[in-house]
Amino acid sequence: METKTPILEMKGITKRFPNVVANDHVDLELYPGEVLALLGENGAGKSSLMNVLAGLYRADEGEIFIRGKRVEINSPRDAMLLGIGMVHQNFMLVDTMTVAENIIMGMSDLPFIPDMEDVSKRIRELSKQYNLQVDPLSYIWQLSVGEQQRVEILKLIYRGAEILILDEPTAVLTPRESKELSGVIHHMTQEGKSAIFITHKMEEVITFSDWVRVLHKGRLVTVKKTRETHPQELARLMVGRDVLFRLEKKARNFGDVALELKDVRALDDKGLPALKGITLNIRSGEILGIAGVAGNGQTQLVEVLTGLRKTTGGTIRIFDEEKANKSPLEIINTGVSHIPADRIARGIAGDMSVANNLVMKCYRKPPLVKKGVLHPSRILDLAHRMIDLFRIDTPTPQTHAKFLSGGNIQKTILARELDACRGLLIAAYPSRGLDVGATEFVRNQMIAQSQAGTAILLISEDLEELVTVADKIAVLFEGRIMGIVPSSEADTEKLGMLMTGVKV
Amino acid sequence: MTELIASLLAITLRAGTSLIYATIGEIYTERSGILNLGVEGMMLMSAVTSFATVYYTANLFLAILVAMLVGGTLAGIHAFLSVSMRANQVVSGLSITLFGSGMASFLGQRLGPQSNSGYLVGLVGSKFEPIAIPLFSNLPVIGAVFKQDILTYFVYLLLPLAWFYLYRTRNGLNLRAVGENPQTADAMGINVAKVRYIYTILGGMLVGIGGAHLSLSYAPGWTENITGGRGWIVIALVIFSMWNPARAVWGAILFGGINAVQFRLQASGTTIPASYLNMLPYLATISVLVVLTWWETLSKRVGAPSALAKSYMREEK
Repeated sequence: METKTPILEMKGITKRFPNVVANDHVDLELYPGEVLALLGENGAGKSSLMNVLAGLYRADEGEIFIRGKRVEINSPRDAMLLGIGMVHQNFMLVDTMTVAENIIMGMSDLPFIPDMEDVSKRIRELSKQYNLQVDPLSYIWQLSVGEQQRVEILKLIYRGAEILILDEPTAVLTPRESKELSGVIHHMTQEGKSAIFITHKMEEVITFSDWVRVLHKGRLVTVKKTRETHPQELARLMVGRDVLFRLEKKARNFGDVALELKDVRALDDKGLPALKGITLNIRSGEILGIAGVAGNGQTQLVEVLTGLRKTTGGTIRIFDEEKANKSPLEIINTGVSHIPADRIARGIAGDMSVANNLVMKCYRKPPLVKKGVLHPSRILDLAHRMIDLFRIDTPTPQTHAKFLSGGNIQKTILARELDACRGLLIAAYPSRGLDVGATEFVRNQMIAQSQAGTAILLISEDLEELVTVADKIAVLFEGRIMGIVPSSEADTEKLGMLMTGVKV
Repeated sequence: MTELIASLLAITLRAGTSLIYATIGEIYTERSGILNLGVEGMMLMSAVTSFATVYYTANLFLAILVAMLVGGTLAGIHAFLSVSMRANQVVSGLSITLFGSGMASFLGQRLGPQSNSGYLVGLVGSKFEPIAIPLFSNLPVIGAVFKQDILTYFVYLLLPLAWFYLYRTRNGLNLRAVGENPQTADAMGINVAKVRYIYTILGGMLVGIGGAHLSLSYAPGWTENITGGRGWIVIALVIFSMWNPARAVWGAILFGGINAVQFRLQASGTTIPASYLNMLPYLATISVLVVLTWWETLSKRVGAPSALAKSYMREEK
């Protein structure tokens, strides 16, 4: 190893944002043909560091060397010319354009009139070679998230990237897609390419990477060879304490049926059936988990329950009242809370303060409002309480919500929704993209809520989460419930079969 | 009857030419994500300056260059304010229109010769003369298509070229990407600010030609408020064309045609007020907007550039 020269070296990188030091003199080395995992809590500075490398951010201090030569990366174009490509957490794709157009966009050596036939042909070849199947002529808006990620990776390969940066690549993938991705990464490192990937999932660190670098609050904490470390050690380094992976669950009695679905049907955005007769019920105090590969109706299920999508059949009864096709406000008023899958689009108003985001569900009622006029000091008081209670890491309650890290945005949503919740909580991927500590926090909050009598519908891709948190697990497959299993009897094999459409 | 249609067609083409230039210009600008509401002001400024140029030099080519320079400069100011200063684009564009209208009116009273006490109104200068293309111009009904001035002939070329450039070339692809998703375009190595400057200024130049066509061919000459609100019609036509240069022709023909019908009707002594007909292009635009909003799939394919009127800066979330 010592004889190998690193393909990439970052030395003393410091990146400051208003109020925050995102990276504080961070060093990084990457060797050809190897995979480096960047591990750290939300807001530890992993994404900023990689954005510096990809040319999107400019470091305030520090130097970058590629193959031993000092380089200046002032723009994504510079990064690309040096063979650095990044798959961002929020995909960088233009929805209204085709896959092929997205892949060639902005390339400097493109002829004035690109031959799209030829481009498509090359894309198909690369698709085949790397097992990244996608039709070059589809529009991005027609693709699932997993397919979009394939386009992102193809884009980098097409441009001849040697160093691939993947920002939480599996956060949006199903277990099967994740496995395929690890195959792709393996294939690429075999060809001498190198990869850096940002993750929270310990299992991926162990299976994917050769090296691990742990960041904590913008500082580099440790560098380890993956083979020479173990999950417990890494988790401790990451959060500064031993993580409790198991959660205590007390046996308890459930109350009346809080949510009852009978033969619920709905269409997706393209007008195709997405829910094909969902029947289930949840009692007060019970947590029902929904497992399944993404795109099997989860989105539509959440939307019909929260009034964001019309049903085409069936009945939805919430606390014994028909609530299908009612407005979101009406459903909120019955005491239903919603933790949305897309936090940025549906969970917060990024340009509003954290405090205002926190009271967004209760500002209509006294004491926050009096004769139609808001009471700012009471709003602030409430916000302060919620920030303390949920340990939301924000410089001030007046900070715009969009400046918080992903995990703290999620805590903000959670604080607001749990505060407003009176009986039924719809939680879609509540711990997605969160670090170990925040995940544990979210799960504990849900369990506490259920013990207080709330019925919870928990949609998750994380089987471990479902097994530990939920009482029963329903598996969605192609818009139908394949089966409902008590968590005590659920194992990965059984769930895996149901998720892939095999009846057990 | 054929004579009526032929004459309607002739008026339609003459009235539509300046609209098409300006509409294509604005489409290109908006495709880069910049909304320029200064079209009206830019058209007026180009109309007055190009007419003054022609009056003193009798050089039509030079006059067009001046119009492009004036339109491009005003658009450049808008680009500076909206791209570099990240100002509100609606406010900046409206300022350009207010400034341009006032300034054009002022110049119309100062640029003229002493003999006319400085006024440009009422003067006669060279103008673009129709050039009849042998054989074709004698065809029944559509003969009018081949009896136009050089600027209109150039429109016949401009329409397909503008479409081809936008949808089939590398630069067009980059332009569309910038207007749809500047973050992505930036990450893909496209210089967002540069693209926005280029197409805002280019758009302004085309708008300038549109303005010049009014004072050098359509009117010809300078009168106060020579555009008669065409700059606003252009903003509507851009939406009506759903940001596709190829469709701009239908909008321009619609408006040009309404103009033509209105002339005819008034000549025939109708009692329908002209105002009703003038509303039609706007009604058509509203209908298009309604359909676009209703029909989501359609809006995904042909709707407004997603980043329209939004400024972009790299490290801002």
